[in-house]
Order: sequence, then structure tokens, then C-alpha cells
Amino acid sequence: MSMQTFNAWGRVRRLDLESAPLVSRFDDLPLAGMSAATVLPFGNGRSYGDSCLNEGGGMLTCRTLNHFIHFDPYSGVLACEAGVLLSDILELVVPQGWFLPVTPGTRFVTVGGAIANDVHGKNHHVSGTFGRHVRRFELLRSDGGRWLCAPDWNAEWYAATIGGLGLTGVVTWAEIQLRRIPGPWINVDTIRFGSLSEFFTLCAESDQDYEYTVSWIDCTGAGKRLGRGLFMRGNHCEGAPDLPPYAAKAMTFPFAPPISMVNPLTLTVFNELYYHKSLRRLSRQIQHYQPFFYPLDGILEWNRMYGAPGFYQYQCVAPMQGGEAAIGEMLEAIAQSGLGSFLAVLKVCGDVVSPGMLSFPMPGVSLALDFPNCGDRLHELFARLDQVVAGVGGRLYPAKDGRMPASLFQSGYPAWRDFSAFIDPRFSSSFWRRVTELA
Amino acid sequence: MKKILIVGAISAIAEATARVWAQQGDYLFLVARDAQKLAVLAEDLRVRGAGRVETYVMDANDYAAHAPMLDAAEQALQGLDTVLIAHGVLPDQAACEQSVELTLRQIDTNALSVVGLLTLLANRFEQRKAGVIAVISSVAGDRGRASNYVYGSAKALVSEFASGLRQRLAASGVTVVTIKPGFVDTPMTASFKKGPLWAKPEKIAAIIAKACDSGGGAVYAPWFWFYIMAIIKLIPEFVFGKIKI
Ligand SMILES: Cc1cc2nc3c(=O)[nH]c(=O)nc-3n(C[C@H](O)[C@H](O)[C@H](O)COP(=O)(O)OP(=O)(O)OC[C@H]3O[C@@H](n4cnc5c(N)ncnc54)[C@H](O)[C@@H]3O)c2cc1C
Ligand SMILES: NC(=O)c1ccc[n+]([C@@H]2O[C@H](COP(=O)([O-])OP(=O)(O)OC[C@H]3O[C@@H](n4cnc5c(N)ncnc54)[C@H](OP(=O)(O)O)[C@@H]3O)[C@@H](O)[C@H]2O)c1
Repeated sequence: MSMQTFNAWGRVRRLDLESAPLVSRFDDLPLAGMSAATVLPFGNGRSYGDSCLNEGGGMLTCRTLNHFIHFDPYSGVLACEAGVLLSDILELVVPQGWFLPVTPGTRFVTVGGAIANDVHGKNHHVSGTFGRHVRRFELLRSDGGRWLCAPDWNAEWYAATIGGLGLTGVVTWAEIQLRRIPGPWINVDTIRFGSLSEFFTLCAESDQDYEYTVSWIDCTGAGKRLGRGLFMRGNHCEGAPDLPPYAAKAMTFPFAPPISMVNPLTLTVFNELYYHKSLRRLSRQIQHYQPFFYPLDGILEWNRMYGAPGFYQYQCVAPMQGGEAAIGEMLEAIAQSGLGSFLAVLKVCGDVVSPGMLSFPMPGVSLALDFPNCGDRLHELFARLDQVVAGVGGRLYPAKDGRMPASLFQSGYPAWRDFSAFIDPRFSSSFWRRVTELA
Repeated sequence: MKKILIVGAISAIAEATARVWAQQGDYLFLVARDAQKLAVLAEDLRVRGAGRVETYVMDANDYAAHAPMLDAAEQALQGLDTVLIAHGVLPDQAACEQSVELTLRQIDTNALSVVGLLTLLANRFEQRKAGVIAVISSVAGDRGRASNYVYGSAKALVSEFASGLRQRLAASGVTVVTIKPGFVDTPMTASFKKGPLWAKPEKIAAIIAKACDSGGGAVYAPWFWFYIMAIIKLIPEFVFGKIKI
């Protein structure tokens, strides 16, 4: 037990909290020496807001549970402790012809974190969320109880813990079903589009034949320029392309500058792509999986670019019905405010059912973008966006959130009351108190 | 493919180093006190590609167990070409100041048990005229400081013993590597507040694996500790007595 400093990825808050590492998956939770009334598991801190923080409480750090348990290269079933990073899994399995069934936009998250937020990726329209591929896991409770959870075993605990925001107990290990791949390369099409409706047409055309789809959309363009962007779609590349082996480059962003540097940076990248002379409406290339799935992982600690005040991410999902109009309205509001980052990520989520009671994705369209933390004006904008989201029956993603009002959480996640029954009595989080205690 | 013995194998630094070796398909013989943790690590290293993993339970302070353990390792792996000695404890300095018994026990674990192992290993490797012996000492051994001189003086013994051994064994082609880590984020230092000088065990592991391949010597991990310790060693005694570092 000791005091350690905890940051979420958005760096808006820095908290000094009592913390204890989980040393062995066979041990009880190390609660005896802790004076804090409540605790929360902490993975790799890649959640943006306060869902991975527990102000005034204690933290159980899970990265120390980092052992593989077994891997069957014939069936692609992998069991590992919950603190293993997805990047460790990739390093192990890609050379053996396997890949993560679902991956978020960074590979530096733990298996426990991926379960607790039931993360999604560019293949949501085909494969659903991460939780769907979790065959079973062990849940360790503060009273020493251990629950083996699977879709057909303690099913209600399985459903509560997937997307359960770390509140139901600690996941000590999990078994996941990987997916076969022919190699590390992805065939990628990049297509320019000029409007939101063009984006939706591209999705409808591509979702059948492409496993991975995602778009970047320009948030500065108002009026006629609204909704221009780049649509990326890809499939694992069959056969071995005649390419030199991929050499990963990584640099670390060394310090937090006093002001945000993100806009000029993303602007340059986007413009380069968008206006690149040789980029026709459609360009084809073969990319290594790392830059394709994890474009930002090449710059370690890029979140420091937002400077000392930190930043927020706003990610919502709106049902298809009314979704296009809602996204248009939000983009218009963001463009007018001039507060957002230059680029937003747009993705159509499919209708594969999420296994968790509080899983974020729903059939519809998801919009995500970063906002440098600039105080009141930003919160006014958020309030406007919230109205649009609530109006259309959408919801915000807790993994990315540090500010949503309780009312929006509760309307977006009507199962939250039933979920409360599964919360471990010793567990809590800043996020959970914020979105429920005012009820 | 190397045949590697690791004493104190479940130390975070040793574990990270074992993973580097497992990925290369090496054969590993893991020694520690806790059978369950050894089993967990062994599973992990097999998944990561180790050609073979054997485990052995031993307390390093049990000197009579050293030779049988070495025999078992050589037999299980059919030979031995690299050894990493990693076990250690960070004593409660204030408690040691009040107890001769505790102080001596800490020096026993951190220094004498290592000396015992090195003595046996040196003779075995010297006969075969090959092999790498790596031992984890610490920058704390470079100069005794008020805050942890019990630990520091034990590590000083390890560093100097290894230095002498290196010179002795150079003639027989045996490499002796002394690793001197600075602050590393491991269970040993769980209660410390971490800052910019802190390294992850993976970083130290990469340095250890490289040092074992490239010929020995005393290696600061990460390298910048060489300069920090050079300055600390240069501070004259009359000043050192008046400052707190
Ligand atoms: C650049 C970037 C891109 C991203 N892209 C995506 C994306 O495309 N899709 C997506 O869905 N998400 C995305 N995310 C969000 C990220 O995937 C999630 O926040 C993820 O949960 C972070 O995992 P973590 O290991 O860092 O956990 P933390 O952020 O530390 O914790 C997350 C939650 O998991 C809980 N938890 C951690 N370990 C355990 C455990 N062992 N048992 C029980 N609960 C536990 C915590 O209590 C907390 O509630 C992205 C994040 C970044 C920084
Ligand atoms: N962390 C740092 O900042 C730092 C800095 C410089 C040097 N070092 C050195 O690095 C080495 C590895 O330490 P670490 O940081 O990785 O810490 P660690 O994870 O706490 O490892 C220490 C290990 O030593 C084992 N050990 C202690 N006494 C033993 C005994 N009598 N017999 C057998 N094993 C024993 C412990 O086993 P049990 O679990 O059974 O107790 C534990 O696995 C140590 O020599 C340490 O002094 C560490």
C-alpha cells in the first residue's frame, strides 16, 4: 500500500490515491492494509476521463497480473491474466497467424480494461464488441469469492462484468477466442467523400465486403464543406505481399507544452492526405496492421500534446433512425464553436448484440473527437451536443467521458439500476458516483 | 538456444529478463521460494516460446541447498551456459539500525548468499572454460548513504566480489556481468513514489540480456546512472556528511 499519482488519458485531473498492486491471481484482494473505504481496479489508464479513477478512494493496480496462461495455436484460444496488454498478445500471436478478434484504436490497453469497457473497433459491424469473444473469465470479489463467468455459467455476472466499468470486482484472468489471419498486412482503400450522405452510402456499400471500416471527418468545414472526409476500409491481406518487413518506429512525446499542439498536427496530416495530388477519389495500398489500427501508438504519450490543462474526448452513438441528422447538427455546432480538434472519427456500428448490461455500442453511428480543455465555453458546447444525443435516443461512452450529466447517463443506459445490484460493496469510481449519486 | 539458470526468478526484473530469453526459445531453469508463483511464471514462459522450463524451490539463504540446486539445473537442462542471480530484499533501514540480527540477516540475503552461489558457479564454469555469470547489484552499492546503507553495503560487497571474479575468470573465457540498476518500478519499491528517474523492469531486462550477450563488465541500468553515481562518488566526505541524498 502506498500513495501514487493517477492520471486518466485526458490528463484533466491528477489524483494522489492510495494504491496496492495485485501480486498473484491466486491471492485475495489486498484490502487488509488499505484505509480507503472503496477501491477500483486500474488497468493501463487509457480511459480518458474519470471512469478509471476513484477520487478519495483506493486503486488496485492490475498491470502486475501479466502472465499468459495457455495458448493453443490450432484453435486460437488464449488464456491470460487480466493485466496483459493487447500489444503483448499481438506480439505473441501475429507471427503464429492469429489476431485480436476486436481491437480499440490503441494496443496499450489491458485485457481487464478491454472487458470492463467492452471495447469496440473498426470491425464492430462484423464482430461486435470485445466481450463477445471472451469465452470465460474469473471475477474476484472483495469478500474473497471467486466466480467463473461464461455466457452459460454465472451468465448474469458475465453480463454485468463485461462493460461493468470495473465495479463488479476484479477480473483476474480471461480466455479469449482469437481470429485467424494470413499475415500482418491489411489491404486498405482510402476514399475521399464530400458529405455526410456520401459517407453513409460508402458504409452501406462497404460493410458487407470489408471487415474494417472507419472515417475521419473534417470538423472545421461548415455549410457546404460540412462532412468532407476520408473513408478507410480494409481486409486482412491474403498471401504474403512483396514488401520489406515492417520496422516499427516509436517516439515519445517528451513533455506537456503549456498549450495544445494537436490541431496544427492533425491538420497537417489530414491536409496532406486529403489534398495529396496523387490521391484520387479512391486509393489502394497495403499497410502493416500497426499503422492501420494504431496510427497514434507511434507517438507514445501523445496525450501530452494537449498541454497542461489536458483534454476531453466526446464520443456518442446515435441510433440509425435520426442518426444522420443528429451527426450533421453536432458537426455544425462543433464547427461554429471552433473548439474541437480538427478531425473527428465516424463509424457505423452494426447490429451484433453487445453482451454487457452497460456496453456502449448500439446499432447506429458513432462520432468521437477531442477537445482541448478550455473551460466554460467548452462545457456549453458539450451541453448542446448532449441535447442532440438525448433527443435522438443516443448515449455517450463512459470510457471517454469525464463530464456527462447524470441524466444523460441514466437515459442512455436504462439498465444501470439493475446493474447496481452487481457492484461489489467495496468498489466504486469517481465516474459512478458522478452519474448516479445525484439520482 | 541458451541454457539459463535464474535464481530469484520471480523478481520482477528477472521475470522480464526471462521473457526476453523465452522469446528466443532458450531453456530456462527457474529458482525461487514460492512454488505457486514459479508455476505461474513457467506457464507464461512456455507460452512465450521457451524451449524448456523447469522450476526449483529454494531459499537462497539455505547454503546447503546451493550445490544440489546447481546439480539439478545442469542435469535438467543438460548443461548450463548462463546464470542470472537476481534475488534480493530492500531492508527497512530504520529497523535494521535497532537490530543486529536483522541487519545481519539482510546482509546474508543480499550479499553472502550471492557470494556462496558465485563461488560454486565460478569453479564449475572455470573448469568448462565458458559461460556467462550475471548478477544484479545496485547503484546503491556505489556509496553508502544514511537512508539505506545496510542494503548499499551488501550490494557493494556483491559488486566488488563480482569485479574480482571477473578478473579471475577472464583467463578462462568466462564472462561476469554486474548489473547496477537505479530506481526500478517493481514490488520491491511498491511503496515509493515514482518519478522521472524510474525505469520499468522491461527496460532493465533488455539491458541485462544484451550485456549477457556482449561480453560482461559492470553495466549501469539505464546508462545515465553512471553519471549520477560518478557525481555522488566525487562528493568529498566532509560535504557528504552534511547533506541528505
Ligand atoms: C488512443 C486511444 C484510442 C482508443 N480507441 C478506442 C476504440 O477504438 N474503441 C474503444 O472501445 N475504446 C477505445 N479507447 C478506450 C480504451 O480502449 C478503453 O478506455 C480501455 O478500457 C482502456 O483500458 P485500460 O487497460 O487502459 O484500462 P483503464 O483505463 O485503466 O481502466 C478502464 C476500466 O477497466 C477497469 N479495469 C481495469 N482492469 C480491470 C480488471 N482486471 N478487472 C476489472 N476491471 C478492470 C477499470 O476499473 C476501469 O473501469 C481508446 C483509448 C485511447 C487512448
Ligand atoms: N527495484 C529496484 O529499484 C532495484 C534497484 C537496484 C537493484 N535492484 C535489485 O534487483 C534485484 C531484483 O529485484 P526486483 O526489483 O525485481 O524486486 P522483487 O520483484 O521484489 O524481487 C526480489 C526477489 O528476491 C526474492 N528473494 C528475497 N529473498 C530471497 C531468498 N532468501 N531466497 C530466494 N529468493 C529471495 C524474492 O522472492 P519472494 O517473493 O519469495 O520474497 C523476490 O522474488 C534485487 O537483487 C534487487 O536488489 C532492484
